[in-house]
Formats: sequence, C-alpha cells, structure tokens
Amino acid sequence: MADTKDFVAGFDSNAKRSPRRIVFVTRRTSAQVKAETEEQIQTFPEVLFRAAVAIMALATALIWIALIFNAPLEGLADPSHTPNPAKAPWYFLGLQEMLHYFPPVVAGVLVPGLVVMALVVIPYFKVNIEADGFFLKDRKRRVRVFYLVAVLLSIFLGWFHVIVALVPTLIMAGLMLVASQSPPKSASAFRRYLATRPLSYWVMTWFLFELIVLTAVGTFFRGPGWSWIWPWQGA
Amino acid sequence: MAKTVDQYFEDVRETRVWRSVFRSGTGSSTLKRALAIQQNVFLHLFSTKVRTRMLSFSATWYLGTLTLGTFLLLVATGIPLMLYYHPSVPQAYADTKDLQFVVSSGLFLRNLHRWSAHAMVFLVFAHMFKVFYRGAYRPPREFNWVIGVVLLLITLLLSYTGYLLPWDQLAYWAITVGSNIASAVPLVGDKIHFLLLGGHAVNANALLRFYVLHCMILPLTAMFFVAIHFWRIRKDGGLYSHSSEPGVVRARTAGEMPGTITASRNIGEQRGTPSPAGVKEGK
Repeated sequence: MADTKDFVAGFDSNAKRSPRRIVFVTRRTSAQVKAETEEQIQTFPEVLFRAAVAIMALATALIWIALIFNAPLEGLADPSHTPNPAKAPWYFLGLQEMLHYFPPVVAGVLVPGLVVMALVVIPYFKVNIEADGFFLKDRKRRVRVFYLVAVLLSIFLGWFHVIVALVPTLIMAGLMLVASQSPPKSASAFRRYLATRPLSYWVMTWFLFELIVLTAVGTFFRGPGWSWIWPWQGA
Repeated sequence: MAKTVDQYFEDVRETRVWRSVFRSGTGSSTLKRALAIQQNVFLHLFSTKVRTRMLSFSATWYLGTLTLGTFLLLVATGIPLMLYYHPSVPQAYADTKDLQFVVSSGLFLRNLHRWSAHAMVFLVFAHMFKVFYRGAYRPPREFNWVIGVVLLLITLLLSYTGYLLPWDQLAYWAITVGSNIASAVPLVGDKIHFLLLGGHAVNANALLRFYVLHCMILPLTAMFFVAIHFWRIRKDGGLYSHSSEPGVVRARTAGEMPGTITASRNIGEQRGTPSPAGVKEGK
C-alpha cells in the first residue's frame, strides 16, 4: 500500500461554534466492519443431512465390523492367576510402555499430567496463535536452544535405554535440523513447508509420533515379562 | 388431482398436532429454515448457517460429527446391554456369557458396543489432532479447546470403566494394572486408589463403582460438556476456517501473498477488525 501510516486523520465540527476535533481512526481499533462475506449454507436441512449421512456411513461400517469380529471374552476373572503379560487397553499401552522404563510416579503421574497441562495451555500462548515458522525469527538463538534440548533429551532417553522413544525423537530432530537450514523461499516445496512450521507444530508432531510408536510397540511387540517379541511370534 | 408425497408431508406438518410440537412451523423459506434450528432446544446449539467451504470433507474430515455418531451408537447399544447385566461378582461374567450365547442378538450388541467404544477413543484423538493442525484452537476458541481436552479425558475414563464390566481375565488385569498407577500419585495415591476401587484391590465394590461411573456419572458429564462444546462452536463464530480470519483477510485485501502472512499479529485486535478497504472507504 502506498499509505504507510497506521491511521487516518480528519477534522470534524464547526470551528466557530465548538473547539476543533481531530479524529484518529486507527486501522486496528475502529468500529467493527464485517471482514468478509463468505458463501454460507443453511444448517437446516443441508448440513444436518450431511451429518446424518456421515453418521450412518460410520454406523454401517461399525455394524459390519460387529457382525464379522467378536469382542474378546476370556475366562472368569481370577485374582490368583496373573496373565503374562497383563496389558492395559490399547490407548494406555503407550503409558504402560513408559512404566517399563520409569518409576510409576514419573511415567504414570508426572508425564500424563504434563501432557494434559500442555494440551490445555496451547491456545493461551501467543507463539502458538501467531504460529510463525520457528526458525524464521531470532534464528541463531533458537537453533542453539533446539540443539541443546534435542541433545539433552536424546542423552536422557539413551541413558535409560528407551530406544522406542529415542528413535522418533531422533527422526523429529533430523526434520527440525533440515527446517533450521531451509530458507522460507527454498526451491524445494518440502523444505519451504518445513521452514514455515511453528514451534507448536514440532512439539505436537513429536508427541503424536511418540504416541503412535509407543502404542504400536505396546500392542504388537511386547510379550511375557514385557520382553520384545515380533508380532508373528505370538504372545 | 393426485397429490405428491411432498404434499402429504406438507399436510401433516400443517396439522394442529404437528404445529403444537414444532415451534418453527411449516415452509421452506430461509426464515423458516433458520427457525427450524433456532426454535429447537437441541438444534439451537448449532448455528443456523455454516460456511459452505467448511462442508467439504477435507476441511474437518467430519471427525467431530463422527465422534458424536459413535457416542449415539454407544448409548443406543449400551441401554439394551444394561437390561441383561448385573454388576455383581461373579454374575457379571455369567451375564456376559449369556449375552454371547443366549440372548437374541446379544453377541451383536456387545460387539457393536465394544468396537464403537474403540472407534470413539480413536476418533476423539484424531479430532484433537485435526483441530490442532488446522489451528482451530485460536482465540476466541481457546476455551472450547479446553472443553475438548476435558471430553478426551472423559472418553478415556468411559472406555476404561467399561473395560472392567465383563469381569473376565482381560478386564480384571487391565484394570489392576491401570488402577495401580493411581497409587503412584505422591501423598494421596493410596487414598485415590481406595476411592476408585472401594477397596485395596479390584473386587465386587470396584465393579459396582465402575458400573455406576460407566452408566450414569460419566455419560451425563459427557453430555453436559458436549452440549457446551457444540454451543461454543456457534458462539465463537462457527467452524474455524483459517482464510476467514481477519488477519488473513486483511493481508489478502492489502494485495499481499495470502500464504506468507500468519493469521494474527495481535489477538487483542482481532475481534472486530476492519478490513483496510473499510477504512479507506471511510476517508
């Protein structure tokens, strides 16, 4: 825009009768103007119809699954006979995998507590709302912080032999390393994409990656005494 | 003159009985369609209009809708299951066996309940990550994101409490492993463990507690938060679309590349921001 000022100034009122008023309408805080009129559709009946179709498609799929696969049912609960391994439901197997390495107060209380807290506070941090590429601003310092955190985390996980958590961490660190070396106007679309990813993206993607890997390992690769087995070996 | 099916439906909608039930009345004008949403105690949680672009599959993958779908399926299958189930030891296991082998469609009901529960946990996680990657937690939607996290925890608890109810080896030991984690909480761990199970180990008291939580307390809590969750979507400006954010609109109107500008510089200024075009016209 040719006009670089942040406001427009104007004169108002009749100087003969009342003092001169100078009006500043800043570009940011003047009265609400509808930003955009986008094409909209009535909720009734179009949107409700689509929702109903989506739910019915899901129900159909689940009914087929229920007709083909039976829910597991083992023998009567027996407190005197512990199965080996005793596994939690699949969505807690990531936690159970962590419990294998760390004491319960860390893996069972501290880590899930921190995860829930981290999820809750996401929208309250300006950095997550602006969502600028992590390495685009203040690059030198941020690259240094990234190196420090990545190395310390890897040493920590390696120290406790948490290989299943270390591998995703190293892969994510590798991607971040590429991101830190990619200019936002790189010729490669992939590197352009990486360069513009914000911090929250990296943390959340790392969390998602760990969640999938730990859950998959707990579900398919753990046998008696929580030892490593291959899925085709059977429990 | 032969009436069409639509005309028969229209006749029914114009009867006194129908009009006494549905406040919005008949007709298909835009006003009547808006009233059909506004004048209905359940539907008024939703907005009367949705951005057309947000209906495309890629925008949301319909994950929130599908999560609601699994919840409805779980209520629909859970209530008949309750008719055949006693939360006592060892009757619970015998009832589950009966559902498998004696009750008509009992096996199907239990299968559908079980797989829908797994689907719901999966969909809730998927919904959360999709919302995150779209950036739909941005103000003014912060609190709806927090409610979403609460709903995630309620979903996990619902699934977890339901896991014990068949009272088989799988259920018993999964809950034993899980509830032992509660003991690890510093200072009050053992108290929480005792409160959860009604004893020092998984026993008949634990089964009753999990049954009450699973069939009463948690579903009602979930419905309470789901209602707020839906209502907040409307109050916070409808389904989030990045390109409708004032910052993005401002950047686009200013003739800059849309992709290079982030949504919002300063969120305090975001609510009710004029477009530069509007200011210019004001000159």
